[in-house]
Amino acid sequence: MLGTSDALLAAMEGRSRSRRRLGSGRVTLAVGVLILGTIIVAAAAAPLLTSYKPDAIDPLNPLAHPFTHGHPLGTDAFGRDILSRILYGGRIDLLIAFGATSVTVVCGTVIGLVSGYFGGWVDTVIMRIVDLVFAFPFLVLVIAIIAMLGPSIFNMFVAIWLTSWISYARITRGHTLVAKRQEYTLAARALGYTNRRVMLRHVLPNVVSFVIIFAMVDAVGNVALGASLGFLGLGAQPPSPEWGVMISDGQNYLLSAWWLSTLPGVALILVGIGFSLIGDGLADILRPGE
Amino acid sequence: MTGRFGFLRRRLLQLIPVVLGITILTFFLLRLIPGDPARQILGQHYTPTAAAAIHKKLGLDEPVWTQYRLFMDRLVHGNLGQSIYYNESAGSLITQRLPATMFLIVYAAVLAAIISIPVGILAALRQGGVFDQSTRLASLVAFAMPSFWVGIVLLLIFALKLQLFPVSGYGNGLTDHLWHLFLPALTIALAFSTIVIRTLRASMLQTMRMDFVDTARIKGISRMVVLMRHVVRNAIVSVVVVFGINLAYLVSNTVIIENVFSIPGLGQLLVDSVSSRDYAVVQGTTLVLAFFVVAVNLLTDLAYAALDPRVRYE
Repeated sequence: MLGTSDALLAAMEGRSRSRRRLGSGRVTLAVGVLILGTIIVAAAAAPLLTSYKPDAIDPLNPLAHPFTHGHPLGTDAFGRDILSRILYGGRIDLLIAFGATSVTVVCGTVIGLVSGYFGGWVDTVIMRIVDLVFAFPFLVLVIAIIAMLGPSIFNMFVAIWLTSWISYARITRGHTLVAKRQEYTLAARALGYTNRRVMLRHVLPNVVSFVIIFAMVDAVGNVALGASLGFLGLGAQPPSPEWGVMISDGQNYLLSAWWLSTLPGVALILVGIGFSLIGDGLADILRPGE
Repeated sequence: MTGRFGFLRRRLLQLIPVVLGITILTFFLLRLIPGDPARQILGQHYTPTAAAAIHKKLGLDEPVWTQYRLFMDRLVHGNLGQSIYYNESAGSLITQRLPATMFLIVYAAVLAAIISIPVGILAALRQGGVFDQSTRLASLVAFAMPSFWVGIVLLLIFALKLQLFPVSGYGNGLTDHLWHLFLPALTIALAFSTIVIRTLRASMLQTMRMDFVDTARIKGISRMVVLMRHVVRNAIVSVVVVFGINLAYLVSNTVIIENVFSIPGLGQLLVDSVSSRDYAVVQGTTLVLAFFVVAVNLLTDLAYAALDPRVRYE
């Protein structure tokens, strides 16, 4: 969670996160895609799967147990249907996973590529910034940025964008330095190709698999981070059905209504496992034997 | 001996730019506030005179580099500014909250070591066996579990249902602290263990393939003795490194878990200060936690060098 340095080091050294082999790469990948795909479809098709609106209040039916008629996962203190909230909340949490990760993947990779390819003072400056951001506990820095901008889901994205690119920059730079000295890159340069073409057509394709594998680990971290910030009141704000906010809302009813806080967490875990399996499967397929 | 002091000196010199960088970054955090910080702080009570007073208090009426010099000047005197919410110095607030956080971090680190060292060793000994496979499956699931949710589930089961542990707080005295902080420390330790187990296992497997292990076995030393003296001893060094490089992650988790269990530490102070727009406290807490990570990283590097002499001469 929260982008462990360990996963980052693994990506930098080009080994898969854990060498776990739960079946072959393709099977792992397929299971991961199946889990994540099901959740994406369920969140997208939420209006078809439930007739309740996520914020529809039913004062006559508060804290209904799971498996109650009409409410398969029960209701919360306002009588809002939990299944509907989890499905609609999935849209927000998946948006966090993809929105936070995709922007940082692109920016970080470009910065790392330029930094590693050209070297010189640009590289020195960028790498000093990277080292500096790494010195901070990641979550503390994100919270500090949100504190200054004001708590909201958009500012949470800004804070993640501002801080997360550094991991990608570091990974891409390291592998770019290696690829730069390979003969195919030297040949491309000798043929007089522009720097841009060499970077995008020759260096990037040899670097990108490391980035993609790390991005899956990072997505697991970003889902957890988004939910953690929602839980702390620093991300999505109530009455949003974001899963972290739901867990936080349910905390006051923990003893009387355990399902309020626990069930959204199960959804979070499923998303995390989905991304992890995809990452492991890709690592097996893209970088066999490492 | 020169090697040892040379390493120490090099490592201390490397600290200077990092420490300076941390102060610059935390200083510029306040600049992120959109619009006029005084307007944000005062809210409805905004008057030009009050705003001018806040500007003066935060030093915003000076040029940036004068402000930074002032900030550094205060910092070396231990002055982190004034909390507008608690009406107390941010420094003394942080000092009051620091012990709970430090206690929790150390407690979690110890529990993580107790959990992961035996599991990591056992998993490596029977590579691909039932225990190894189930450990890997468990860590796949554990990695996907957000720690605050794990904390809530542990709280629900062990504090609310079984009533074995208190629901929140920090307690008084050592044994009381150990009892109060057991569930929060366990939550952090579980998240951290997945990383430590993985590294320890990989490191053990790598060491077991080394020539010196075969040499020792050929010399007739028993498998158990070779394992304990040669393999585990080398692998434990990697645990020290894991603790060092993932310390920031441990601190991040502590911030969240303090809020789940209402522990009066720096994490709770940080999150509370965000909602009360207490910028000086946010700045101070960020600074202290970053310095803490840098300091402990230095200590783990030195410990690593002491445990493994090869590091010093690299």
